[in-house]
Amino acid sequence: MVFEKDLNLYATELRLGLPGSSEESIRISNKRALPDMNDDSGVAAAKKCDQETAPPTKAQVVGWPPIRSYRKNSLQTKKTEAETGGMYVKVSMDGAPYLRKIDLKVYKGYPELFKAMEDMFKFKVGKYSEREGYNGSEFVPTYEDKDGDWMLVGDVPWEMFINACKRLRIVRGSEARGLGCVV
Amino acid sequence: MPKRLASSLSDEVLEHVFSFIQSEKDRNVVSAVCKSWYEIERWCRRKIFVGNCYAVSPEMVIRRFPQVRSIELKGKPHFTDFNLVPDGWGGYVLPWITEMAGAYPWLDEIRLKRMVVTDESLELIAKSFKDFKVLVLASCEGFSTDGLAAIAASCKNLRELDLRESEVDDSSVHWLSHFPETYTSMVSLNISCLGSGEVSFSALERLVSRCPNLRSLKLNRAVPLDKTANILRLAPQLVEFSACTYSAELRSDVFSNLAGAFSNCKELRSLSGFWDVVPDYLPAIYSVCSRLTSLNLSYATILSPDLIKLVSHCPSLQRLLVLDYIEDSGLEALASNCKDLQELRVFPSDPFDAEPNASLTEQGLVAVSLGCPKLQSVLYFCRRMSNAALVTIAQNRPNLNRFRLCIIEPNTADYLTGEPFDVGFGAIVEHCKALIRLSLSGLLTDCVFEYIGKYAKKLEMLSVAFAGDSDLGLHHVLSGCESLRKLEIRDCPFGDKALLTNAAKLETMQSLWMSSCSVSFEACKLLSQKMPRLNVEVIDERGPPDSRPENCTVDKLYIYRSVAGPRFDMPPFVWTKDEDLALRLSP
Repeated sequence: MVFEKDLNLYATELRLGLPGSSEESIRISNKRALPDMNDDSGVAAAKKCDQETAPPTKAQVVGWPPIRSYRKNSLQTKKTEAETGGMYVKVSMDGAPYLRKIDLKVYKGYPELFKAMEDMFKFKVGKYSEREGYNGSEFVPTYEDKDGDWMLVGDVPWEMFINACKRLRIVRGSEARGLGCVV
Repeated sequence: MPKRLASSLSDEVLEHVFSFIQSEKDRNVVSAVCKSWYEIERWCRRKIFVGNCYAVSPEMVIRRFPQVRSIELKGKPHFTDFNLVPDGWGGYVLPWITEMAGAYPWLDEIRLKRMVVTDESLELIAKSFKDFKVLVLASCEGFSTDGLAAIAASCKNLRELDLRESEVDDSSVHWLSHFPETYTSMVSLNISCLGSGEVSFSALERLVSRCPNLRSLKLNRAVPLDKTANILRLAPQLVEFSACTYSAELRSDVFSNLAGAFSNCKELRSLSGFWDVVPDYLPAIYSVCSRLTSLNLSYATILSPDLIKLVSHCPSLQRLLVLDYIEDSGLEALASNCKDLQELRVFPSDPFDAEPNASLTEQGLVAVSLGCPKLQSVLYFCRRMSNAALVTIAQNRPNLNRFRLCIIEPNTADYLTGEPFDVGFGAIVEHCKALIRLSLSGLLTDCVFEYIGKYAKKLEMLSVAFAGDSDLGLHHVLSGCESLRKLEIRDCPFGDKALLTNAAKLETMQSLWMSSCSVSFEACKLLSQKMPRLNVEVIDERGPPDSRPENCTVDKLYIYRSVAGPRFDMPPFVWTKDEDLALRLSP
């Protein structure tokens, strides 16, 4: 393929990408089924750091996907406006092929948050107890905190939670057993 | 008296007959019948379309057609929309306006797309054409509100001012106020691209209230909700309207005012805008929904449940633009409610995110293809696709004429089988015999191009990215697609051989764009020498292409046929075979 010639094209090519990001994305030939959820934590951090423009999740190819600038700008403006106003975090659920974003500021406490998540993803949270975590449900809500640790939702007071929560993930009950509570 | 071969009808009669022939193509055919018909036709041609402003010079157009009233010009290549063409490439309209100002005093319509339009050009238009009526600047740039002020002040009979998707510099002039109080002729006004500082509400309201023939009004985002209601009440005869910013919380007084204003608009057929709309306000438009034929929700971040509700009120919908928030479920609702749907465009809400933002897959498109028998035109961004789905779509909808699919991640394979999409797109071109526009994406080998060359005989425009294995792919397209006019390719392993073998084909096409492919500068020079009626432009910002090793490939290549010869306004980063630097603009 042409790109393997040693012309050092990429040193001079103008691209929208994080400095030091790799060129792999342009040359992908592997097949993607569901997105790889484990790669996300770095991505979420990058997104939160840079509010000016929508930061790419990997090296962006110029002009791809083929979307006109005025449309891109329109989406980005909305994002920046929205994100400075609220506390938007991504919510994902194991097995669901999509993510949602919710504004934590909108909810007054855990019950409201759970109701919203249940409506979004069509599942039931189950009963929470401090000792045993979530009982009687297939799915368990977890969150990633500022230190990058995954915790059970509901362990800490609400105010502390919304300030610490970087993203939410609804995991299968079987996977949640290892999660500890906040000290 | 010399015998006339064609007929014994007089010139006046022929001219009268020709006046019923509006289509450009038909006019061109008429003019080719014989010399006398050519002569008669050229004097009575009123409308000119130039698909590439560098294919012909203004002097040549004026020489052949001395009495033109309406002109449409297109400048930069399509991939400019995706930032692939550097600033300063070209597409300047001033030379055209300058020539036409002298030659066509009765010119009343100018439509431009992807051209550089300066305030000087606008001022010249305002000054030169006494009965000027229509100005459409689509995706143009280079002008400010100063230029608009000149148009507003001078064009007493202006009917249409449409700035769709153009970039306008704000010179802080209240240009709308430059329409005199006596001006009442506006029929169509599109200023949706303007920033918030560039429109004065009071001037706008006064303008709207004194233009009784106003049919289409597209405002910019900065007009707040209460102003929207006012304007609608001033113009209940509107057929097309672009709505504006919606405020954050629902206020019942604002809501009922808005709902009342909309319910007065019995002629309203098309709605767009909807930036920042809050779902609670949507019911305000329900009274017009049953008559709506066109709805552009592609800026609205409303989610599937609200979209479904809205769409279920719009049984007459023919055209829908929407974000992927509509999801498969929304498209299924669309398929069951909107049986008149002809055009669907689904845009990605979060195109640069690695993960899908909404549950939109190939299923949604399959549902629409099944449920909407009149569907002709599709633009669809998604993250997964299967050959099976494409085959189903092709079989369901052989009447498709535009099919543009963008699978967001390059080189994505069929998620069910891991195969390339050769068979799927092959089915599309095989079944959809009227297909004139096609955009490919996903994992594709040379095979798909073999299918395209074999079946896509009516195809006029093809867009290709990250596809193919070798020159054979390009060769199949160039040798097989008889109706091909525009071919745009990026990041494909196509090179010199296919290009040089099919050199003659390029003169039958309007243009060819190739970027990040495998074409050498040597081949470009050779092609240029072989084909004098092609302009072969190498766009390369890295410096002179022949200062690099011979096997080095060019960055971008734009080839177009021209009877005007090489252009004189090339910037320093455009390279042709001519060494003569006097042809360049000063660096």
